[in-house]
Amino acid sequence: MARVVVDVMLKPEILDPQGQAVANALPRLGVDDVASVRIGRRIEIDFVGEPDLDRAREIADKLLANPVIEDFSIRVVDAEPDAVDSRS
Amino acid sequence: MTARVGVVTFPGSLDDGDAARAVRLAGGEAVRLWHNDPDLRGVDAVVLPGGFSYGDYLRCGAIARFAPAMESIVAAARDGLPVLGICNGFQILCEAHLLPGALTRNQHLHFRNRDQLLRIESVDTAFTNSFTSGQEVLIPVKNGEGCYVADERTLDELEATGRVVARYVGGNPNGSQRDIAAITNEAGNVVGIMPHPEHAVEALTGPSLDGLGFFTSILKHLAGAPA
Repeated sequence: MARVVVDVMLKPEILDPQGQAVANALPRLGVDDVASVRIGRRIEIDFVGEPDLDRAREIADKLLANPVIEDFSIRVVDAEPDAVDSRS
Repeated sequence: MTARVGVVTFPGSLDDGDAARAVRLAGGEAVRLWHNDPDLRGVDAVVLPGGFSYGDYLRCGAIARFAPAMESIVAAARDGLPVLGICNGFQILCEAHLLPGALTRNQHLHFRNRDQLLRIESVDTAFTNSFTSGQEVLIPVKNGEGCYVADERTLDELEATGRVVARYVGGNPNGSQRDIAAITNEAGNVVGIMPHPEHAVEALTGPSLDGLGFFTSILKHLAGAPA
């Protein structure tokens, strides 16, 4: 299976109240060295054949992300269950 | 001839019934349209009602934009069909790029439901010609993702071209930039508004009758429009 992962994040200049709420909750866990938290969305697209990055980019641009407020990045990953995130 | 005003029902629409009722109270004929049917049944105008189309999945309005009815509405709006998007309808219009900017999560994260004062700032649209410029109206607002955002250039352009249709007065309920509650496109035939004029059309259920003006405006606009 060919898997493409799309990460969608709010643009830096767009306020992320969800992220702020999480950041504000961290001191309750005893965590006090976090400057900021931003929340995004990860979408996994499994193609039938070879991963089609152009098609994935089109999907991301037209539907998965709203370019007015969000940026996205695309990468191909191994779709095995224990796959290692290519970014980590 | 009675004006035929279409009201689209998406899966998850909530206020389509109230919107159709508001059209009737204003003197128009409400025509129910279905999200999955591209046929607009010859309507003279369209209202996209509030609610949670497609469960607000992905982003509010993001899936509705690709509904067959919306494909027809986007094309017709570009040819001048009056389209009013209320709440979720406003979100759909932004997602469909008929209006600039986007609606995001309320800054304070709370769902806000209250009667809200608005100042009508543009009376040149198909939906606000029954008001006077600067008129204050009381209309319910109820949203969780009603914070209007756009880049500074877009906001400046909206202001400079008189396309801010209404602003929140007496407190901004969701953090919208520049207190924007409603905007219009360049031609003035497409309006998106976050508060709900269709909930302020009868003394029994609304805080005022101020919402009716948005619907009588459609009829006035159509009566004055060249055939």
